[in-house]
Amino acid sequence: MVSGDYLGMSLSITDMDTENLTYFGYCSEGEFRLQKCRECGFIRYPPGTACPWCANRSFEWVLVEGQGEVHSYGEVHHAVQKSLSEKVPYMILVVDLDVQKGKPTEHEALRVAGNLVDEDGELASPELIGKVGIGTRVRMVFHKVSNGLALPFWTLDKNTEQPGTPWRYPEN
Amino acid sequence: MTDAEAMPPAYLRDKYAIVGVGETSYTRGSGMTTRALATWAIKNAMDDAGLSSGEIDGMMSYSGNDSTASPLIAGDLGIRLNFYMDVMGGGSSSEALVGLAMGAIEAGMCNTVVIFRSMNGFSQVRIGGTGARASQPVQGDSLHNVPYGWFSAGQNFSPSFMRHMYDYGTTPEQVAMVKVIHSEHASRNPKAYYKTPVTVDDVLSSRMICKPLHLLDCCVETDNATALIVTRAEKAHDLRQIPARILAVAGRVCKPRSDMHFQHGPISTVAGHYIKEIIWPNAGITPEDVDITGAYDAFTFTTMLQLEDYGFCQKGEGGDYVSSGIMRLGGRRPNNTSGGHLCEGYTHGMNMIIENVRQLRGNVDDYCPIDQSSSIEQRLHTCDYTDQQCRQVKDVNISMNLGWAMPGTGSSLVMRRG
Repeated sequence: MVSGDYLGMSLSITDMDTENLTYFGYCSEGEFRLQKCRECGFIRYPPGTACPWCANRSFEWVLVEGQGEVHSYGEVHHAVQKSLSEKVPYMILVVDLDVQKGKPTEHEALRVAGNLVDEDGELASPELIGKVGIGTRVRMVFHKVSNGLALPFWTLDKNTEQPGTPWRYPEN
Repeated sequence: MTDAEAMPPAYLRDKYAIVGVGETSYTRGSGMTTRALATWAIKNAMDDAGLSSGEIDGMMSYSGNDSTASPLIAGDLGIRLNFYMDVMGGGSSSEALVGLAMGAIEAGMCNTVVIFRSMNGFSQVRIGGTGARASQPVQGDSLHNVPYGWFSAGQNFSPSFMRHMYDYGTTPEQVAMVKVIHSEHASRNPKAYYKTPVTVDDVLSSRMICKPLHLLDCCVETDNATALIVTRAEKAHDLRQIPARILAVAGRVCKPRSDMHFQHGPISTVAGHYIKEIIWPNAGITPEDVDITGAYDAFTFTTMLQLEDYGFCQKGEGGDYVSSGIMRLGGRRPNNTSGGHLCEGYTHGMNMIIENVRQLRGNVDDYCPIDQSSSIEQRLHTCDYTDQQCRQVKDVNISMNLGWAMPGTGSSLVMRRG
């Protein structure tokens, strides 16, 4: 069992939930690892017991590059959770990982969600949020909650060329 | 009947009907338990059908641990059950349970099934997610979304909605028309929680909840119970009302992953994309044959995405469809004539089926005067939509409900008059 608090939320993973325990454990060591099927070779996310592409249960945890492109997003201005009400607006990014993008079908990708954060790992300011949209290149950073549990977040990828103007919801 | 029609899935077509519907008031502050609410709604549906407790022997419900189970309510109403089933579920369960009720009767387990959904969606377990649900500990799979403040339905669906705007150029003004039209419909519905018509500007100037959703893009939270009664069509003719015959049903059709629906693209494509392969052949009709729709409006966008993926317009043209006037009273195919979840009340889809049953009977409960010479509460409908009184659609023969749980999960029900 690992547990910890993040923004007033009580987070935990039981010992029975071995896949999540392993996934978030690697995150707490600063490693982004996903399960790769030993049968068909596809990587999968979220962590699970069997391969969603061939149902095989044999896998290995492989190191994956935590980088990709914003596929879509939501921008929360009214928080539902009390602990987040002081953090609005905040951005939820759904990111297509570069690895395995367009496989097994052209419309698929390993999509990993997370908030947009700044270089220091803090939830992004409204100014930074205004620069990010569909098409923005992002890379993964981790926020350690406790031993054995860190959460992945997304930040602007400074090491790659950004699209001229990412697509954003039309402003008035 | 030809051999082809005698084969599944069409062989149950027309054999079952919804014969009674009932509900409680749509309120914020019912002052009643979900058990009491359900008892009221079911008795109202029984009275509507002309059925006594001894003539009901099946009961089904769905909930998200926020309601009361069938056996308790059956006991309160003196109903001895031969079959009951209370399942987990929210939106898209209503249509699915109609299909399961048909299956239970077909299997000989019972004869007449009442389906109910009872919820204090404002006073107790808030459907928008605030309150007790939002302060629960975050465990296991939830760690992949909840810590990011990605929790409520609106938050969960927003990237799918946003991507539709990106993929197809859908505008906020187009989508806002769903609320505008449903509010016009609700203004003719004495039961509706919100009866005041709104404009596109009202929607777009209401505060932002979760981009692209403004407050008025989101449904209302209410307390209410709703019920409908399913039985064999031949039995329906001995009852009070014109039956709503079931042409076809599809239940909880999913994308490959329903929990993380965005793993499977295109993410602006929803479950209706798969349902149309089931529902149209089973019903033996095409979208052109449908007179009224009940496209689930948890949000303005859900109505649009579904109508588009079921084939009422081309993929990507949902924005044009919902803003064209087709969905208005007096338009080619009105949608959610009661005002739906955006205006009437939130029931996880039941009220949209109830409304369509009444439309098929030609007897919705609007502000038109009651015919005093009628044995049932028949209204003298004008079908004139300029006077703010009538919401009865003229000559409704076929209705369709498009139930939504998530972008990746949906159900559908096609009914015809008679």
